[in-house]
Amino acid sequence: MLFYLFAALAVLSGAYMVLTRNLLYAGFSLLLTLLSVAAIYVLLFADFVAVTQLMVYVGGVLVLILFGIMLSSRMHDKSVMSENTNLGWGITVSLLTLVGLCYTIWQAKFASLPWLQAADTDVLGQQKSTVQNIGIKLMTDFVLPFEVASLLLLIALIGAAYIATDKNNG
Amino acid sequence: MTLEQIPLEHVLLLSAVLFSLGVLAVITKRHAVVVLMGIELIFNAANLNLVAFSRHDPSLMQGQLFSLFVILVAAAEAAIALAIVLRVYQHFKTANLNQIVSQENK
Repeated sequence: MLFYLFAALAVLSGAYMVLTRNLLYAGFSLLLTLLSVAAIYVLLFADFVAVTQLMVYVGGVLVLILFGIMLSSRMHDKSVMSENTNLGWGITVSLLTLVGLCYTIWQAKFASLPWLQAADTDVLGQQKSTVQNIGIKLMTDFVLPFEVASLLLLIALIGAAYIATDKNNG
Repeated sequence: MTLEQIPLEHVLLLSAVLFSLGVLAVITKRHAVVVLMGIELIFNAANLNLVAFSRHDPSLMQGQLFSLFVILVAAAEAAIALAIVLRVYQHFKTANLNQIVSQENK
């Protein structure tokens, strides 16, 4: 199935991001992970979220991260490589997290929850797209979070530009 | 093959795997930018859960809207965090977190 293909792609490239010591390889494998997650969003009937993921993450955040890698490491010496630290603790904590989450998911038996079985899964409905529904929701029920989010973006933009300016040169 | 056959548990398991990979990257990596990449992986794992449950909530779609706000906050966080990393790199001449801590303690 298509879902398992993209899931395997996301997990493998995520694992390669953790395992590799080259920063640029890590950035590009994160790109592959984000693209596979966007494809999984499409398979889960979330087309608008998938397009937002492509535009914001792949088009914005990842380019920022690649800029950050290139500006914060000198290519000539070995600082483009990232060393590992706390390896034992890291593997222990993440394995414990994984086992705990899998055990919880297995114990919860979501498929037999009554409200999940009662809900109909016809997300798309008549209009074959979630864009119109999301737009109506954003302008009615979620208008306050929408405005607060726009304010947050403005503050983040000004703050990032202020922090990153070189104060010595004016 | 219809798309509705994706079981909810499998999406949740994928999200759990991505979350623990992100935790592993945050704990084990020394470079500040790779720690940020691990945080992005954790955000994506959380978003996957929200979207997966939103499939069972077709009229309200609160999960999808919440995941949109999560993506927005993640973008703002990445911009601010990378600006801070650049300033730290200009000041300490390194983005290695252990070296920054040891220079700060001198």
